[in-house]
Amino acid sequence: MTDEVLIKTVGLEKSFGNIKVLRGIDSEIKRGEVVVIIGPSGSGKSTFLRCLNLLEEPTGGKIYFNGDDLTDKKINIDLHRQKMGMVFQHFNLFPHMTILKNMTLGPTMLLKMSKADAEKRALGLLKTVGLEDRKNAYPAQLSGGQKQRIAIVRALCMQPDVMLFDEPTSALDPEMVGEVLDVMKRLAADGMTMVVVTHEMGFAREVANRVMFIDEGVIMEEGTPDLIFGNPHNVRTREFLSKVL
Amino acid sequence: MEQFKIKFVNDFITDNRWKYLTDGLAATLKITVFAALIGVVLGFLVAIIRSTYDTGKNSIRNPLITMMLGILNFICKVYLTVIRGTPVVIQLMIIYFVIFASTSINKTFVAIIAFGINSGAYVAEIVRSGIMSIDKGQNEAGRSLGFNFVQTMWHIIMPQAFKNVIPALANEVIVLLKETSVAGYIGLQDLTKGGDIIRGRTYDAFMPLIAVALIYLIIVMILSALQGKLERRLNSRDR
Repeated sequence: MTDEVLIKTVGLEKSFGNIKVLRGIDSEIKRGEVVVIIGPSGSGKSTFLRCLNLLEEPTGGKIYFNGDDLTDKKINIDLHRQKMGMVFQHFNLFPHMTILKNMTLGPTMLLKMSKADAEKRALGLLKTVGLEDRKNAYPAQLSGGQKQRIAIVRALCMQPDVMLFDEPTSALDPEMVGEVLDVMKRLAADGMTMVVVTHEMGFAREVANRVMFIDEGVIMEEGTPDLIFGNPHNVRTREFLSKVL
Repeated sequence: MEQFKIKFVNDFITDNRWKYLTDGLAATLKITVFAALIGVVLGFLVAIIRSTYDTGKNSIRNPLITMMLGILNFICKVYLTVIRGTPVVIQLMIIYFVIFASTSINKTFVAIIAFGINSGAYVAEIVRSGIMSIDKGQNEAGRSLGFNFVQTMWHIIMPQAFKNVIPALANEVIVLLKETSVAGYIGLQDLTKGGDIIRGRTYDAFMPLIAVALIYLIIVMILSALQGKLERRLNSRDR
């Protein structure tokens, strides 16, 4: 981890109609840091993550990424999104493309890489998740765990500065959770900046540099895993952890 | 049998009357093909505007584009309401006798425009249903990789939506082919009109009308076969 701030939110707010989901979130994510966001369902943790790359347009506050204000309407959000990989709960692989094509579409079209270079990068990444033999398969032919590992390396093909994970193991059968978490652990060990919304408390405790507890649209408490899991100060945090641990 | 032969010769051979059918078929096919092309282009445009407005208007960051999209969406809605709310034969006659009333204009051209505009409304709703059938996660995955709206639509949403709507689109082309049979209302000699002219000349209704019906049937069967082929080709790849 470095001291360089990669993502910074100031007073981030998001409302859906009259419902205030985020009520002013101030946070900083440093380059190389692994931040795990926990909280009860409906707390706004997913919305917060989805605001970071503007899949949800915030209704108030600022988001800075590499120093640029993403909430400024004049910036080209597509260029910034290329630097922010995202992994979804339901994988969202493109079913009409092979695995290789899923992975090379972005690099060839957006980064203007040659097909050969993009495939070389894709195959290298496929190898790290042990799926290079499935390069010509279609997503429907893969298991959930395999799909999610592909989704992770598809995002990595763009060589992002940060990876956002939105409950990446919640839709998986229990026996497949481990294989996906292993990939994420290795990614963290390689120094990738990661923001992870998850219910996997074991992962949070083991991998996170910092755990953020979000409830009712604000950060109730944050700190090292030892602090949050060992000695939480906030009553809400204690209540939540007593239910899930 | 002798009677049948005499009627056949009288209906189709004498004075080269078979030409009414072949020339009529050529006109019918010409109108159908070009009207279908116009319908598909128009339909896709309208469908994209409508579904973008319905699902994406909140994520567009430029207020000018949001406003323009709103206006376009309104125009599309009026178009769909008017075209789907009135019979195609009335639309055809309005375009020929009212809009182009004072000019001498090619009837086939008018028919192509009229049937194309009509078909576009139905294609639009078919394609819109296809776009809406695609999980919104596909759009989010595309956008999160950094693709812009148009790229996401073109490379990710449309190929999947198109595959889902092939049966409905093929059906629309078949309906269109048969609907062109009202082109006689503006004095255009299509297949139906050709058969009817023979009936008028020979006072025999049976043979020319059955012949016309058979020709439509054969073309529809060819179209269905093509549709099956296309579906199989797209299906062999995934799922």
